Amino acid sequence: MLDALLLQSGYNATLVTLGAMMLGVAAGVTGTFLYLRKRALMSDAMAHATLPGVGLAFLLMVAMGGDGRSLPGLLAGAGISALVGLGCVQFLTTRTRLPEDAAIGAVLSVFYGVGIVILTVIQALSIGRQAGLEAFLLGATAGMLWSDAMLIAAGGAISAGLVLLFRRPLLMVAFDPDYASVRGLLPGRADLMLMALVLAVTLTGLKVVGLILIVALLVIPAVAARMWSDRAGVVAAIAGGIGGAAGYGGAAMSASAPDLPTGPLIVLLAAAGFVVSILFGRARGVIPQALARARMRTRLAGPA
Amino acid sequence: MKPLRDLRPEAAPGPLPLAVRGLSVAYGERLVVDGVDAVFAAGKMTAIVGPNGAGKSSLLKAALGIVPRVAGQALFFGQPLAAVRDRVAYVPQRAGVDWDFPARVIDVVAMGLYGQLGLFGRMRCQHMTQAMDCLGRVGLTDFARRQIGALSGGQQQRVFLARALAQRADLIVLDEPFAGVDAATEKALVGVLHGLRDTGCAVVAVHHDLATVPVWFDAVLLINRRCIAEGPVATAFSEANIARAYAAIPANHA
Amino acid sequence: MGADFVMLSLPPILVGVLAAIACALPGNFLLLRRQSMVGDAISHVVLPGIVMGFLLTGTAAPLVMVLGAGVAALVAVVLVEAIIRTARVEQGAAMGIVFTTMFAGGVLLLERSGASAVHLDVQHALYGNLESLIWLDATGWASLLDPVALAGLPPELAQLAVTALLIGAFVAVLWRPLKIATFDEGFAATLGLPVRVLSLALVMVAAAACVAAFQAVGSILVIAMLICPPAAARLMTDRLERQVGLSLILATVSAVAGYVLAGHGPLWLGLGGSVSVAGMTATVSGVILAVAALAGRHRRRAT
Repeated sequence: MLDALLLQSGYNATLVTLGAMMLGVAAGVTGTFLYLRKRALMSDAMAHATLPGVGLAFLLMVAMGGDGRSLPGLLAGAGISALVGLGCVQFLTTRTRLPEDAAIGAVLSVFYGVGIVILTVIQALSIGRQAGLEAFLLGATAGMLWSDAMLIAAGGAISAGLVLLFRRPLLMVAFDPDYASVRGLLPGRADLMLMALVLAVTLTGLKVVGLILIVALLVIPAVAARMWSDRAGVVAAIAGGIGGAAGYGGAAMSASAPDLPTGPLIVLLAAAGFVVSILFGRARGVIPQALARARMRTRLAGPA
Repeated sequence: MKPLRDLRPEAAPGPLPLAVRGLSVAYGERLVVDGVDAVFAAGKMTAIVGPNGAGKSSLLKAALGIVPRVAGQALFFGQPLAAVRDRVAYVPQRAGVDWDFPARVIDVVAMGLYGQLGLFGRMRCQHMTQAMDCLGRVGLTDFARRQIGALSGGQQQRVFLARALAQRADLIVLDEPFAGVDAATEKALVGVLHGLRDTGCAVVAVHHDLATVPVWFDAVLLINRRCIAEGPVATAFSEANIARAYAAIPANHA
Repeated sequence: MGADFVMLSLPPILVGVLAAIACALPGNFLLLRRQSMVGDAISHVVLPGIVMGFLLTGTAAPLVMVLGAGVAALVAVVLVEAIIRTARVEQGAAMGIVFTTMFAGGVLLLERSGASAVHLDVQHALYGNLESLIWLDATGWASLLDPVALAGLPPELAQLAVTALLIGAFVAVLWRPLKIATFDEGFAATLGLPVRVLSLALVMVAAAACVAAFQAVGSILVIAMLICPPAAARLMTDRLERQVGLSLILATVSAVAGYVLAGHGPLWLGLGGSVSVAGMTATVSGVILAVAALAGRHRRRAT
């Protein structure tokens, strides 16, 4: 029986690990476009904005007599409230004079505050078994149901697939918005695609890395990859590689040491990749740049 | 701060409002200003002219210490800028400022008085009158209480000029003051600047319209990364020099 | 409004109001400098700071936690600056890297070290514990004049009062330099103002507010108070002086209303218990911002 359990958890862990890897790839590539459009922190607002939706979905499912912990239901709630949060950021930046960073910070903190109020309402109602909701803060992949593991693997695959599908238009808009719009690709529509990708990554990542750290998965691999190349396509590919490796490594480590939360492990692996990149990256790394500067100084000092 | 006399070059003739020597600026690995020497005289209006990317703005910003320089020095009235800040006014490019900032036109002009007021000096009635007076000289008295973002581009440029006037400087440095400005504003700005020059103030402006250089300016500095020509408009602003400045010069960077 | 109020409600309300004011004040300048997310970054690195403080000293004394958080904030600011400089990365992305990495490190340290057994936990750092700040020595309003009873006030109150006062002094003394350097950095530099130092000082002041406030109100409320009251005030006026004044009023209103609604709101809805004060305060500040965004006199850009 123990063996069976082990085998069972092993199978689930494999699914989750593969899902986390694909999630990492999708996040790395998506993050590259987000970074090139200078909207890196947008994803932070979306991720935090999921919390009220998770809480409300739980309450709704309990009110309808359900268990309340059904992952698809919670994710549906998270998705709706992330979209509302996105709408709020959009409204504040286009219809008022507030700059985008303030809009992002306001939405992030207020939605999170509302989410916490709802979580404490759930506690006050003393509907038991809400403990699972806290896992959405920092991610937990250990001891997952088979159906949830499937959902994460599927989510990772869908996110990665969407990235493949959208890569050309996104690359074009990131590189040259004017040219893209002449070709009939409106930057607005490309931003919509980008936000769809971020949403897919956020929802898949909710259970794996947790809503606080999803932004790391989108930002760190992208910036790390930027150190290696000046070409957007290459940057996206490298970012996908770093993200995938971090996702795979973090999920695998968490499976072998279940008391460690998955999200922080994945983020720290990605951060290690960033440190290596900022030191040695060919395009912008510290060491190659210092060498180039030294070369220029000798040239300036030489015969003019 | 005492003037660093030891740094003063032997050859610097008198207290020129601005003298740069061997000034170089680089962004990353790209050298945008390469060893420029130039002097700007009192009572003269000097244009800095050159093609796009020739390093006109960078030259001024490096002289004023807004961007770091990789080599060379700039002396204001024979001293480093820190010793004579009150005598130097800078009018930046409009684009570099947050026009949505919560301040009225008069508040911006009053910023020019901060040098006089110091950190704790109270803004008194006389200071506000002084600021209004400067605003009047650029013809914007009626706009004093508007939010700065509510002005047109030309009016914003005039507010900047009024702020510089409030500083009562002896050297006024302008970065593309006529860019994106209508003809009427252009005339008004030039009028104010000529008035300043006639009182002995040195006026230095980055400029891109070749046609108006001989009409408005007394002297010119033609640059394209390096100094191409310098001197009175009559001699330095020759067709040959202009052609040299606007011809592509071979990049010597890898 | 008798002894119970003074004992149970007055300290948390005061702490909430002081925290809100300490955050909103520097938040005004961060907003105008497009640096609103600095608060987000700093409030996340507070967690690794207190964990490190605990691991190094073995105690969870308030002073240790504040010092640890302060050091972590400083490290984060320096790292962000270094990444921006060396890698030419935009500020948002650089902050995203630093705060998530440090936060992740803090969580792992916490889980590995067993520090979570001593009331150090992630939730605490996020929500704060405003509700637990009660004044046991109080017997009524008269206690406010009784030195013995005053000594029993929650230490967070004095800590935040001093912080708010210092921040107020910073802004008052450096008002003009802050204003010019925020509006037009190039002009400020030609006036001889140390724009780099000013910018760093502002970030450090915001960090001080975060650090002093997080224990009582939690990091999420810190972010909300740094951003929402100044943002709402910005939409209501076109003058910096009024914006700052208004933001302080709105911060106070959010804190008081948040406390009252969190304590009594559930009862009005016929539910038992109470909800998170920090969450409710953030919610109220969000509602205020929403109203300002829909109806503020100066909500649109000029032009």
